[in-house]
Amino acid sequence: MPENQQKLIHTFSALADIGQEVAHKFNFHEMIRTSFHLLLGSLAIMRGGIARYSRFGHELNFLAVRGLGDDFPVSASISLEDEREFLSAGMSPIELSQAKMLLFFQHYQPVIEKKGIELIVPMIVHDELVGMVMLGEKASGEPFSSADRAIVQAMARHIGVGIYQRNLMAQLERKAEENKRMYDEMRLTYADTVKSFAAAIDYKDKYTEGHSVRVGKYSELIAAELGWSDERVEGVAVAGYLHDVGKLTVEKNIINSPRRINAKETAELNKHPSVGYEILLPIHHPYSDIPLAAKYHHERLDGRGYPDGLKDEEIPYIAKIVNLADSFDAMTTNRPYKARRPAHEVVEDLQRNSGKQFAPELVTALCGAILKEMTGETKERKFRKLLGREYMEAEGIIDLLKGALNGLAATGPLTLVAAE
Amino acid sequence: MNFDIDVRHDGETAIVYANEYLNKITGERIERECKRRLDAGCSTLMVSFRDTEIVNSIGISILLGVIDAAANSNAKVVFTDVNDDTGLLFESLGLTRHADIRKA
Repeated sequence: MPENQQKLIHTFSALADIGQEVAHKFNFHEMIRTSFHLLLGSLAIMRGGIARYSRFGHELNFLAVRGLGDDFPVSASISLEDEREFLSAGMSPIELSQAKMLLFFQHYQPVIEKKGIELIVPMIVHDELVGMVMLGEKASGEPFSSADRAIVQAMARHIGVGIYQRNLMAQLERKAEENKRMYDEMRLTYADTVKSFAAAIDYKDKYTEGHSVRVGKYSELIAAELGWSDERVEGVAVAGYLHDVGKLTVEKNIINSPRRINAKETAELNKHPSVGYEILLPIHHPYSDIPLAAKYHHERLDGRGYPDGLKDEEIPYIAKIVNLADSFDAMTTNRPYKARRPAHEVVEDLQRNSGKQFAPELVTALCGAILKEMTGETKERKFRKLLGREYMEAEGIIDLLKGALNGLAATGPLTLVAAE
Repeated sequence: MNFDIDVRHDGETAIVYANEYLNKITGERIERECKRRLDAGCSTLMVSFRDTEIVNSIGISILLGVIDAAANSNAKVVFTDVNDDTGLLFESLGLTRHADIRKA
């Protein structure tokens, strides 16, 4: 094979390899190292370096060097004027004699000349300086021909694209992190707003102070016991916090009546789920079904609830959870017309109404979560904080809960299908 | 494909045997091995291409690294058992100015 043909095949193979390298390597530094080998090897260039340009620090940072010695700077500053010069020159390789007008060169002239750099190739992609290639002499000792310069320019363009892609990826990663931070902040703001709403709802009802907050927490504990994801557990908690938002429109004297309210007042009060739904519907909640939880939290599995008398499968699952949490809180707190019920009565009531008012698997989850806390299976003290230590440690409760769980398991198998 | 590098040592001369295809993986091993020998005081570094059919750009770059390291250690580099195509390539790229070439 003639010498020139051999050389040509060798050089074009390198050009093809570098394109493949940039397109398919996911490890950036590996891509740079291999591309650098290909660039030096294509024309047998004795020494050189590839630098990435940081627009923020106006700095060239060397990613790969060969034969430049330990005293060659790992980074070099570039003035804005230099950057403009490089951009106006495009990607044409700059010979050392031409580079002398650059401030950059004037600053680094001794080291560049000492290391025998002959060509400087700015890497420009989409009118943006992304880096620079510096090349020393060829092994043959011959000067770079115009064909050599064209090859170098083409290869540098490929490497530049690789650097540009990496920069874009880094920008995307930064943007994604920023978005996540903003999203977390928004979620915190949303959570604070929800808690403020809950406080406003509870403020209106002096007899059930803290009810919405407790329903939120019980809903959260039930969902967590079901093994739901953190995000879904948060959503259920929000549904609990806001379930009574419709009460904001109910007359205060009805809500705070110290006696049993009459039929007309009851009808007025019973509008609060539908009103709550109307209030919550236009809001773009980060969790699904929040308005439905408010609307249907008084529905019962047996169809005897309100406002629509829905039955079992017709009731949104989130509303079933809030319903149980709401009823549990009603049973375990003092009301103007009714004292809180003893723990054993509450457990019996839950068991009795499982499958009628409450979904059996949710009663199982609630009883299971309480039992875990009481037996020390979990270090959490959430129920204890909400119900009080004495109430939780009532005699025989652990056995009662275990019995309830056995009974529930026999009558209503735990259904976790709806968990995800 | 075998990626192991065979090395023989005879006094101040080391012979490093390149594999059938001199690419980045085998090339960098050769470069490391050569530098290790130079650090150990080797004054003549022979790279045998007895089993090598193709040397690509990465291979050339690595051989230039060996030449550079040898020059810094005042050592001599010899490429031996070079086939005709590889010999032609070394010649056209100017490697013959920095290393002795011994054809197969």
